[in-house]
Amino acid sequence: MRRGVILLVAMLVLGGGATGYILWSGHPAPAAGRSTLDLAKPGQILVRDRATGLIRGSSTRCDRFHAAHGTGVCLVAQPGAMATTYALVLDHAMRQTRRVRLAGIPSRARVSASGRMISWTVFVTGDSYTGGAFSTRTGLLDTRTGNVTVTIEDIPLIKDGRRYHSADVNYWGVTFAPDDSRFYATVATRGKTYLVEGDYTRWQARVLRENAECPSLSPDGRRIVYKKRMPSGAWRLHALDLATDRETPLAETADVDDQAAWLDARSVMYAKGRDVWAVPADGSGTPRLLATEASSPAIT
Amino acid sequence: MYISDVKSGGTMSRLSLAVPANVLALGAVSLVTDVSSEMVTAVLPFYLVLSLGLSPLAFGLVDGLFLGVTAVVRLAGAHLADRLQRPKLVAGLGYALSAACRLGLPAAGGSAALIGAVVAADRTGKGLRTAPRDALITLSADPGRLGQAFGVHRAMDTAGAFLGPLVAFAVLGVSGAYDAVFVVSFAVAVLGVLIFVLYVRDRREAAPPPASIRPALALLAEPRFRRLCLTACGLGLVTVSDAFVYLLVQHNAGLATEHLPLLPLGTAAAYLLLAVPLGRLADRVGRGPMFVLGHLALVAVYGVLAASGPFWVVLPLLGLFYAATDGVLMAAAGPLLPPGLRTSGLALLQTGQAVARMVSSILYGAAWAAFGPVPGLVAMGVGVVACLSLRKVVR
Repeated sequence: MRRGVILLVAMLVLGGGATGYILWSGHPAPAAGRSTLDLAKPGQILVRDRATGLIRGSSTRCDRFHAAHGTGVCLVAQPGAMATTYALVLDHAMRQTRRVRLAGIPSRARVSASGRMISWTVFVTGDSYTGGAFSTRTGLLDTRTGNVTVTIEDIPLIKDGRRYHSADVNYWGVTFAPDDSRFYATVATRGKTYLVEGDYTRWQARVLRENAECPSLSPDGRRIVYKKRMPSGAWRLHALDLATDRETPLAETADVDDQAAWLDARSVMYAKGRDVWAVPADGSGTPRLLATEASSPAIT
Repeated sequence: MYISDVKSGGTMSRLSLAVPANVLALGAVSLVTDVSSEMVTAVLPFYLVLSLGLSPLAFGLVDGLFLGVTAVVRLAGAHLADRLQRPKLVAGLGYALSAACRLGLPAAGGSAALIGAVVAADRTGKGLRTAPRDALITLSADPGRLGQAFGVHRAMDTAGAFLGPLVAFAVLGVSGAYDAVFVVSFAVAVLGVLIFVLYVRDRREAAPPPASIRPALALLAEPRFRRLCLTACGLGLVTVSDAFVYLLVQHNAGLATEHLPLLPLGTAAAYLLLAVPLGRLADRVGRGPMFVLGHLALVAVYGVLAASGPFWVVLPLLGLFYAATDGVLMAAAGPLLPPGLRTSGLALLQTGQAVARMVSSILYGAAWAAFGPVPGLVAMGVGVVACLSLRKVVR
């Protein structure tokens, strides 16, 4: 009898506490403020607000966002037993022009400098029995032709001079070159990650070097900033000079797990912790805070 | 003590539905605990990737810790339970540790390393509690009705696993905050611990506690238990991991990847429905024959997959396999173990089986990569049949 009373009281307390917490933590619907953003106006730094998920200055909610030259891409997740993501293509006034349904959780989003090419990476977890297993699916969208490449994983890949075959290849984190055909990305296979250079038009790719993830090509197309996994297990931003193949660690010494974006010709911005920071891309200087409580930095 | 249950065992047929209160209590604890843990499992990928911004590789590293931790802890925990002769204490510690981990997730903030540690601690809790809990079930039911007892427990456990994701996404839908899911999961886990403390009775046996780990290993010298372990491990080596089964089903049926997470529900439904009836049937016709039947269902699964047969048959057959083998194996092992080493014996069996299945995953994965999915399935199927026919011969 006494046990029953204790259990009943505990259920009331726990149930009440849990319900109270749900109500207290529930985010109030943010006021849908008028969007004043114009993606065609150059020089604006855009970030996603962590608290609301809105792109600051707009009423668009995204889980991942990127924009360039009047085109935006917004990845929105729908959590559920089946993870679904919508990739929304936005025009300069942040209006949706196209919606692509994807299976997975949003991970990376990128628009080419001209605004023509769009890429996304979603991330698919296995069921609970497959610990440690994950896969990514990286897709491309050519806004000029409207063609969608659902996954780039069947692109012919050259590694060490030979055509590489493996069922376990996973691509993520695309960055486009100014010609809107060449791109760089990460490929993971057999426990290692590689930087690859791909070509959309010729539809082939080759491995450039090991241990380089989430590349970001400089506006002049001569340098790539990526995250490199250190022996400690942390990721550190490095810059690679494509002409000399020389790799330089950036002045940011913290663990950064993001795809950097070029702020200008000299520096990159990235999410670190809960904020967005910027650092020179040549190893000099020190990181500086760009926006608090923010992620997904982009510049128009 | 438990004379009433033993007595009711005498007047079998009519009363055979009666399940010992301790087994029901353990089942309720498992149900509630599984709701709690599956809530977290369901939202964790979303939380890590969307809320914390972890990349897929970082997620893989966190998630990888799910595996491997349990095996070692299970053996150590079991030894402790036998040594202290207090299975309830050790199992309770396991439940309490996992409950504490629910709050550890939001407390870990954005650090992938800390989250990995919390996930590992949660798995440690699970490793600690499994064997002593099964020992308590073994000691709480009449040996002739262990199949039913384990069936009831496993069915309740699976019901919890079903409810967890539903609760999680309902909470997420209402509040939109992952913290709320973790807090509710914590409250549910605390409830589980409370039911455990209040309603589960400890079972002690008048036996000298083992001084070291050696007597537990010496259990393998006992011919019948050794044969059971060898059979279970041998079959574990040729049991294709569920993950591959679902991938093949998805592939054969041409389902979209996003439907993959729904497939285990079909298996779980069959398991839920069949665990009790098959457990009871095992008590009547013998646990050995039921174990064989279950593995024949597994061979049928391989056959249907290899022949690209109707995919909807696969899920219930896989559920049948689990219902006919999982609890039944524990029910078969319990009575073979000497008092004082019961938990260690069950842990040894479970760990051996788990390790064998891990090896099987690696082997089958390699075979798939090299020859495609079918040759590996055929080899595994032949292996199951060989193990089943050899099991009488092994001494």
